[in-house]
Amino acid sequence: MTAQAAPEPVRSPQAEAAAVVEAVLADLPRHRGVVVDSPPGAGKSTLVVRAAGHIAATGEPLMIVAQTNEQVDDLVERLAAEHPALTIGRLSATGYRAPERVFAHPNVRVAGKVADLGDPAVVIATADKWAWAGDRTWPWAIVDEAYQMRSDKLLRIAGCFERALFVGDPGQLDPFSVVDGERWAGLSWDPLQSAVSVLLRHNPHLPVHRLPVSWRLPASAAPVVSEAFYPFTGFRSGTDHGDRSLHLTAGGMRTSYDLALEEAAATGWALYELPERHTVRTDAEAVEAVAVLATRLLQRAPVAVSERGEHPVGPSRIAIGAAHRDQVAAIRAAGLPPEVTVDTANRLQGREYDVTIVLHPLSGRRDATAFHLESGRLCVLASRHRHACVVVARAGIAELLDAHPSAEPVQLGVPVKFPDGWEANQAVLTHLARHRVTP
Amino acid sequence: MSALAALARLRAVREGRAQRLTTVRHCHVSDRPMVFVPFQLAGEAAAPLAAMVGTDPGSPRLLVVPQPRDRDLRFAFAAELAEVVLPYVEGFGKVTETVERRNADPYERCLDAPQLVLPNRQGVAFTGLLGRSTRFRRPDGPFPVHPSVPVLGRWLTFFAERASYPGSSLTLAATDALAMHWASGQSDLEDANLAALMGWIDPPPGRTGLQAAEEAEDPLLWPPAGPATDPGFDNEVLAPAIEAYAEAPTAAAVERIRQAVRSQAEPAWRLTWRALELLRALPAGGSVAQRWDYDRGAFTDFLTRTAEGAPPQARRDGAVSAAARLARMERARASFDAQRAYDDPLVMAEYRLTGEAFAGNVVATEPEHTEGEGRSRKLRPLVTVATADPVRLAPGTTLGTPDRRGQEAEVVEVEGGTVTIKITKGMGRGKTPAPGAVPEVGERVCYTSVTDDFQAAAALPEPEMTPWTHGGPPPEYVPTDEDAGEEWS
Repeated sequence: MTAQAAPEPVRSPQAEAAAVVEAVLADLPRHRGVVVDSPPGAGKSTLVVRAAGHIAATGEPLMIVAQTNEQVDDLVERLAAEHPALTIGRLSATGYRAPERVFAHPNVRVAGKVADLGDPAVVIATADKWAWAGDRTWPWAIVDEAYQMRSDKLLRIAGCFERALFVGDPGQLDPFSVVDGERWAGLSWDPLQSAVSVLLRHNPHLPVHRLPVSWRLPASAAPVVSEAFYPFTGFRSGTDHGDRSLHLTAGGMRTSYDLALEEAAATGWALYELPERHTVRTDAEAVEAVAVLATRLLQRAPVAVSERGEHPVGPSRIAIGAAHRDQVAAIRAAGLPPEVTVDTANRLQGREYDVTIVLHPLSGRRDATAFHLESGRLCVLASRHRHACVVVARAGIAELLDAHPSAEPVQLGVPVKFPDGWEANQAVLTHLARHRVTP
Repeated sequence: MSALAALARLRAVREGRAQRLTTVRHCHVSDRPMVFVPFQLAGEAAAPLAAMVGTDPGSPRLLVVPQPRDRDLRFAFAAELAEVVLPYVEGFGKVTETVERRNADPYERCLDAPQLVLPNRQGVAFTGLLGRSTRFRRPDGPFPVHPSVPVLGRWLTFFAERASYPGSSLTLAATDALAMHWASGQSDLEDANLAALMGWIDPPPGRTGLQAAEEAEDPLLWPPAGPATDPGFDNEVLAPAIEAYAEAPTAAAVERIRQAVRSQAEPAWRLTWRALELLRALPAGGSVAQRWDYDRGAFTDFLTRTAEGAPPQARRDGAVSAAARLARMERARASFDAQRAYDDPLVMAEYRLTGEAFAGNVVATEPEHTEGEGRSRKLRPLVTVATADPVRLAPGTTLGTPDRRGQEAEVVEVEGGTVTIKITKGMGRGKTPAPGAVPEVGERVCYTSVTDDFQAAAALPEPEMTPWTHGGPPPEYVPTDEDAGEEWS
């Protein structure tokens, strides 16, 4: 007879997340590096802001590394608002003009050189900018979106700091290059791997924490995304089924577009499935469907109810995602309000909206290449929403996947990556099939 | 495959002949290239069987290893190969020119550089393997080799590495060079067969490309262009010949193997030279000479380092050298793509189809438009172009143009069939534009967001300063006796 394990006490998501944050902060002084894996919307920025305050309170200077200028500005804004007493320096390239929201805070200073910043407690810049920032060594660094960062970028700046906290989402898109990196495949310092994978391969003893709760994804989406893209390191949603809802306050006309939007409003997901057909990348019918869905959604005057209260969903709270830039350009040209975000998966990383409309990367394709199968691409597209996600696709993707099992050559010495893109695509598709609407 | 390349392939099928993908040649073709057709023994990692090599199409040198499983014979072959390759390569070091640089000391650069031409990409990979197996060997210690062997190994490695460098022409694979300029009526995979690809491009009189390509699939008529040999040949001709040599290593036995291998190598030899002829007949693109200058620089650099006794290239890139190489290759990739588009309207057409470029006639200009006040007042001429292209460029995007290479422009507005741009760089300091600097109404122009403007990457640490995140400083390479005894070589 085996002893029955005592059932774990059920903790509130808040308590669960707070315990992880405490554990991270406690680990900081004990290790040279600490890694925190964060699923979509799990409070990564909150953690960064919290840790920054924590380190700054010790009186030691801190550098923060983010990957894009938008990410840097977002961080500066949050940090300045939550720690008004903290002096913050924002390093920027010469051509970059920081937006108003950064200047609005009196404790923020912007300059092109560290020396011109005064001596702030925290200095924030992109990884590219840090690589030029000179040879001062900082006792502490926080590297944000570390899974998006290529390891050669980390190599350029790792000499700048003594200890670092690396925060990022392992399920998002891997860094890439326009040149073939096969020559380095399997090397522990492969420059095309993410900063975190290289760091952990050389320092396997470093602690890795996981944020366990997604505050962004609704209860309808967290299990789907967690099972498909984070099969071994699952997470749950911070809210329950009753906590969030989306209402279309204007009446519909029973068109297929209306049905799809109603399905999404009611269940959090909809698959608007066009007839099977092989198409060019900028499939005119699919582009039109995406544009009409977005327009129709705005006409139906959606109102979102969540733990933050009730608010109308305007065009700025809607995003449209696609795999390729030409698809994005075609959708933009379809005449949507300019406030609606239309972008590729790469650029949607780290962003959050109430409703997203996604053109499925495999829609209308004849083949499933590694690019289209990459699990991170679908993961980014399927995890940007707080309320609902509508996927537009041609029928036949399941058959396409069956005809194209992943056939990438296996490289020696390369750690196996989970999840497999093929499997993740199938999992999402299976779920979406329950929310199918056809024209 | 881009839409234009797909169209060209369909046309090739319909016309029965390969179609041009470019209007000009985008690789350098040397006046004195060295063609190298290597063969390897089936089932071995890097056992050379033979090589046909030389700079004169009429008199190739055929080197064979009568028993490729005998390592002594393999390295004797390498020494023989070195006798052919090294004088050719080192000969280019004799004549140099002085290159002046802005803000730096002038340096010496060889006037010309060697060019190694192989029938296909697999040949390049085999060259790399051969270089890997020879460059760490030493003339003393266990299993000594001729002193030229490790030098040959360095050069073969150099050539194999340059082949993966975008835009470099120091090493050409004939199939790749041809496929960059012609679309055949067959798949990419089939294009890797030199005889089939040449059949589409240059079919014999009275035949279509398809017929010629079909004929090329018969290994008796067109034996594979190496390094792998035809299995039928292996079983029926080569194996008995090697066996005869193993029983009685006489001159006659060696000659039997030579004759057998010659029959396999000669067709590939002739095809490779013919491919070079076809490529040479194309007019060179505007940036080819500039890229060859870089190639000459890279060659001179390596020649100098080898002469100074630098250690052989590392087996694997260290953390810092991998990152440095990646940065160089990305830079080269971006410039190569941009330069090809600027040199060649047919390559630019691909970008026009994807909305990253547009061409059209100028319908309005405002040549004296300025921005700023007082001393910071600058000339920013406005040009409006009518175009039928599907433009997908956002306002503010930086543009370049093949017609005025020194200029930079910016998208101001895209409205229906017209695009308004603002010229932002290359206008000089005058109050009015220099004649010809701003396109005239009615002129045909082309602008693209693809530019050769690439931000330099920040410096990398010295290898001995490799940070803890990347495993710390690597151990220094010290030659050991074990270098000679690697299992696979």
